[in-house]
Amino acid sequence: MMKTDFRREPLYIAILAVLLIVGFFLPSWLRFLLQTALAGGLVALGVALQMRAGLVNFGQGLYYALGGYAVGMLAAQAGITDIFILLIAAVLVSTVAGIVLGLLLSRYREIFYAMLSLAVSMILYGLLVKAAWLGSTDGFNIPPVSYLGWTPDRAVRPDIYYVTTAVLTVIACLATARYLTSGAGMLCEAVAENEIRLEYLGASPRKVAFIVIVVASALSGLGGGLLAMSTGHVDPLMTNWTTSGGFVFVALLAGRGSTIAPVIGFFLLELVRTYALDLAPNAWQMILGLVMLAVILLLPEGLWSLIERRRKA
Amino acid sequence: MLKFTAIMLDGMNYAAWLFLVAVGLTLIYGVMRILNIAHGAFYAIGAYVCASALGVFYAAGLPGALAFAVMGVVALIAGVIVGLVVERGVLRFLYGRDEVLMVLVTYALFLILEDAVKLIWGVESYFVYQPYAYFGFVEIGGLPYQVYDLMIVALAIVMGIALWFWLERSRMGRMTTAVVADREISAAMGINVTRIFATTFAIGTVFAVIGGVVTAPKIAVTPGIGVEVIILAFAVVVIGGLGSIPGAAIGAIFAGYARAMSVHLAPAYELFAIYAVMAVVLAIRPHGLFARASGRKI
Repeated sequence: MMKTDFRREPLYIAILAVLLIVGFFLPSWLRFLLQTALAGGLVALGVALQMRAGLVNFGQGLYYALGGYAVGMLAAQAGITDIFILLIAAVLVSTVAGIVLGLLLSRYREIFYAMLSLAVSMILYGLLVKAAWLGSTDGFNIPPVSYLGWTPDRAVRPDIYYVTTAVLTVIACLATARYLTSGAGMLCEAVAENEIRLEYLGASPRKVAFIVIVVASALSGLGGGLLAMSTGHVDPLMTNWTTSGGFVFVALLAGRGSTIAPVIGFFLLELVRTYALDLAPNAWQMILGLVMLAVILLLPEGLWSLIERRRKA
Repeated sequence: MLKFTAIMLDGMNYAAWLFLVAVGLTLIYGVMRILNIAHGAFYAIGAYVCASALGVFYAAGLPGALAFAVMGVVALIAGVIVGLVVERGVLRFLYGRDEVLMVLVTYALFLILEDAVKLIWGVESYFVYQPYAYFGFVEIGGLPYQVYDLMIVALAIVMGIALWFWLERSRMGRMTTAVVADREISAAMGINVTRIFATTFAIGTVFAVIGGVVTAPKIAVTPGIGVEVIILAFAVVVIGGLGSIPGAAIGAIFAGYARAMSVHLAPAYELFAIYAVMAVVLAIRPHGLFARASGRKI
């Protein structure tokens, strides 16, 4: 078992600096892809966190959609456009959902946790698809957001949104890294390894699982809120199981080396998806599936293992 | 009263259909510990193969009753071929890996097969209504009902009993049960586990394909029909307890009646109803109604 020191703030600050500088040199389509991948990457990070405790959430899209819809409904229907209020609301809504579901789901492990979380996310999907006032399957558009009363105009809006997304994503990753070095974070792996021994030691596996579920829900809600802001649109597909399946894949691919890895992994997945869609509009799912199979067969320890292997050599 | 009759009949019909599509899933999980998401794609393949085969069949102008024989034959052939290709071609390289990883593998297979179906059959709809209309209606409690739908109920019961008989009474079935109990000891006793796995997967696939074949005459066969099915089948097997065949039957009855009730009483909550039942069942019996108790790992 390799040990990673997560207390490397300078690393995260460097990553943020690189993101911000690179962002202004990338073509706009690629930067937008990176921006949505950062938002989605937070959800993948949420899935990866739970995986540390042996919990594979096949319905993490639920919190993604809740965050997105919270931003969307407040902005489009209540007329609140301040980004800080919107994102706080997104995190709040998904965290409350995480607490309620966490109380129920923290009892389950392995395949049951996966299926039950999938079921809950599909309930939300079913409700959103039937909700005509929320645009059913089409979802709805969200007006541009404002920053403490200032609404960026069309020319600078993409830049501002990108900077917001990059800064908040890196801060969230850093905070998550901090959580992983805390007691509750360290115990996650113990839950995955051996629950009964953990109980003998006086810790509650259920509580550890509950906390990780709530932390992951908060992260995913933030990701959903950022995505809603970036694309100016939300739809029920955010909570469909196919979306959640992508997050699980990325989390597995990313391994457990770093909290940034899931974000990078999600970006790569989005890149593959974009090129596949461009190359073969009718067979992009097939390409995606083949890439997934190849990665699972050839890189059983995740993408991070490539770097680790090199370091060892 | 009429509504009550309708709920009873539709519930039974739904339950039969759900059993057909879910029992293969639970069989494969029970024996191989693979929760097969590609099951939905197998169902879709069944529906398409049926549509194509019947299209050719009706174009040839043969007597209508033979259509059902054609459906049976294509279901068997397509199921065995697809099942063996997937099992021998991909899954056998991954045995022994984590259960959750296998979910992802079958998810990738699902994506691949979905597009393969689109590449083979295109994106337009296929209609083969003739078998559905062949038997006409029968009146039950003042309600005219399609005989074809009642035939599906009969088919589900027959298939369920056949599967039970195979597992409990045949030599191969007993060996399969032994593999479920302990894979390694069975192998040590001389059971060919590889063959058991391939056979089980093929049988499970045939069930999914049959589900698709019997449904094809009732619907417009279009891309995307597999997605909904896999979600419903999951709910059914989880209610009953993963890996339990009587569980799949009971789960199908629960989910079937829940859906029939919501369709007739509160149509807006159709998908919601099945999952609500599932959530309630799991809150009371965390591992499903028929799950065997298992020890915790130390």
